[in-house]
Amino acid sequence: MDHGNAGASGAGVSPTFAVVQEIAAGVFGVAESDINPESSPQTVERWDSVQQIYLVLALEERFGVQLALEDIEELKNLGDIARAIDKKL
Amino acid sequence: MTERDTIDKLLENGKLAEAFQTLADAWNRAPSLNAAQYVIAKYERHRADLDLIACRLAILRSVTVEPLVPLLRAAAFVNGIDLDVKVSDFDTYATETLDPDSALYAFEPRVVLLALNTASVAPQLWAPTDDSETSLRAVADDTVHHLTSLIRAFRANSQADLIFHLLDSPDLTTRGSLESHAGFGQRVAIESVNERLAAVARDMHGVHPLDYDALVARHGRREWFDEGKWEQFRLPATAQNLRHIVDEWLRFIQPVIGAVVKVAVVDLDETLWKGTVGEDGFAKLKMGADPPGTPYRALQRALLALRERGIVLVACSKNNESDAMEVLEKHPDMLLRPAHFATMRINWESKAENIRSIASELNVGLDAVAFIDDHPVERAEVRAMLPQVRVLDLPPDPSKFARIVLESPFFERVTVASAEDRERTRFYHEQAQRAKMLASVGSKEEFYRSLGQVADIAKANDLTLGRVAQLTQKTNQFNLTTRRYNEPDVARFMSDPKRKVLTIKVSDRLGDNGIVGAAITEDDGDACKVDTFLLSCRVIGRGIETAFIAYIAEQARLRGKSRLVGMFCPTAKNELAKHFYEDHGFRRIADDADGSAWELGLATSVLKAPEWITVTPAPAVPA
Repeated sequence: MDHGNAGASGAGVSPTFAVVQEIAAGVFGVAESDINPESSPQTVERWDSVQQIYLVLALEERFGVQLALEDIEELKNLGDIARAIDKKL
Repeated sequence: MTERDTIDKLLENGKLAEAFQTLADAWNRAPSLNAAQYVIAKYERHRADLDLIACRLAILRSVTVEPLVPLLRAAAFVNGIDLDVKVSDFDTYATETLDPDSALYAFEPRVVLLALNTASVAPQLWAPTDDSETSLRAVADDTVHHLTSLIRAFRANSQADLIFHLLDSPDLTTRGSLESHAGFGQRVAIESVNERLAAVARDMHGVHPLDYDALVARHGRREWFDEGKWEQFRLPATAQNLRHIVDEWLRFIQPVIGAVVKVAVVDLDETLWKGTVGEDGFAKLKMGADPPGTPYRALQRALLALRERGIVLVACSKNNESDAMEVLEKHPDMLLRPAHFATMRINWESKAENIRSIASELNVGLDAVAFIDDHPVERAEVRAMLPQVRVLDLPPDPSKFARIVLESPFFERVTVASAEDRERTRFYHEQAQRAKMLASVGSKEEFYRSLGQVADIAKANDLTLGRVAQLTQKTNQFNLTTRRYNEPDVARFMSDPKRKVLTIKVSDRLGDNGIVGAAITEDDGDACKVDTFLLSCRVIGRGIETAFIAYIAEQARLRGKSRLVGMFCPTAKNELAKHFYEDHGFRRIADDADGSAWELGLATSVLKAPEWITVTPAPAVPA
């Protein structure tokens, strides 16, 4: 399957976050514009434990990294997740 | 242009087969969660135009299966199956199974999957805190007892097929290097549970143990499991391994619902042997037990294994017939011989043309045929001309040929081949002889007389029940209602005094065809209703169908019934049976969405078997 480049996002957003944003929007079934670095289980209605698994697996699949248990426990929101992925790239 | 654009373009232009072929190829190259969503969306949008087998699957689980479901549905779609999947709540598998009124049974699944692993159902075997023999034995016994009671309850509560995971072994055990030293350790305990559960399944119809430990081992025990994902999400394997679980499930689901191929058409040069007989000559060909012959020998062995499962082999090669036959007959290193093939096409016609003629000769649909050929151009041609045929993607490295064959889910079977299955190749040989006789004899009737056919009609019994279920699953063409039943269904019909389950065996002077048909009827007031009436295409057109329905009519009359009532439910494949009731004097009495209803008055009917068929036993008042 093709993995085309993530669409252009607003200025000041890292390329990693742009991809996280695209994937999260797909997993949670919302528009990319509804996803920002502060998005978290508290702000995204569909972000439950099952969707969390999909999100982690989809991110791992796209970036080719492994997110460890402690990585995910430390993560408060999507901005943190993008930074954690950046450290592994 | 990306692959997805290509697929969209093909769909826009109405090139459905090509679009879905491209989609399937893309999926097979890179199955991922992202790809799964895309595959599912495309199939769901076009499911009405695709000839898919629908199946309701319930998954009971002690592990997280949510990310497996889209992978499974996508892989199933690509294999022609439209799965409606219901996943039970976490760890409710025991209560759902035991309660006959549970949501599981209300869903009326065709197949139920019990997805377990040792870490969740027997943590004291997976990571024991007490690894003494006494404790391990007690835990093993408890586990067997617990799972056996669930399997038995399931069998009592549902007619669905059950696929259940046997237990897996951890990569490291508490005793470490002493594991084999100390008698009854963790691994032996787990093996003993598996042996006992497999034995329980063997004694039941429609219960299929899945060797989960072998699956884990095949993909590498150490790399299989991700402790972090297990602790956090109860995910049973790493993300990369999820698709292996899905593939293994399909290897059970496909044969259970009959989504399998019956015929393997195989090329000769560079496929069954190294070299080209026409150019290199007999002496230079290699298929022996030493390299470079070994991969070809391995493929021959794999094909013989398929034949044992009841799959019919056909040789198809562009060659001079005499050159190829000399190799098949005389080469000392060949494992496959002419008698292993039901028929052959060794000529210079196109492969697609030959496959079409093979399917017609063997009376199977093109979707029941798989094609095995090393040559990419031949494969591409067959794919393009005959999109229904399953074309195996052989890689350039011949040492992978046998593996590709043995990994294909459509070659899997979940029941041991019946005598009829194994003998099918011989039947086809005899069939070819019959066709030759017909050509040499003047009239058809004269030919039938010369055959000396005997039709042996009997009530189904424990030995033939499996064959009846199999016929309902596999028979597409001469099948009036195409109702699919599994063994538990048939067993239930057999024990119902209002129902009759009949088999028909046909032999003639050329050979024994075995059980070639089945019928299920149900008495209802003054009527006998035909629920199922089907015959293998091998015997159609020789009067056997008339003998069979006449027998059923006569038996119903002797039971005091005044009417024989049957349905014809049209499908894409049963055109052959369309005029059956009309041709046998039935009156059309109703039409509905499923098809047409037909009735025969038994008092006035003159239906009888053609005089050239001997029916045994003669119809008689049941004792």
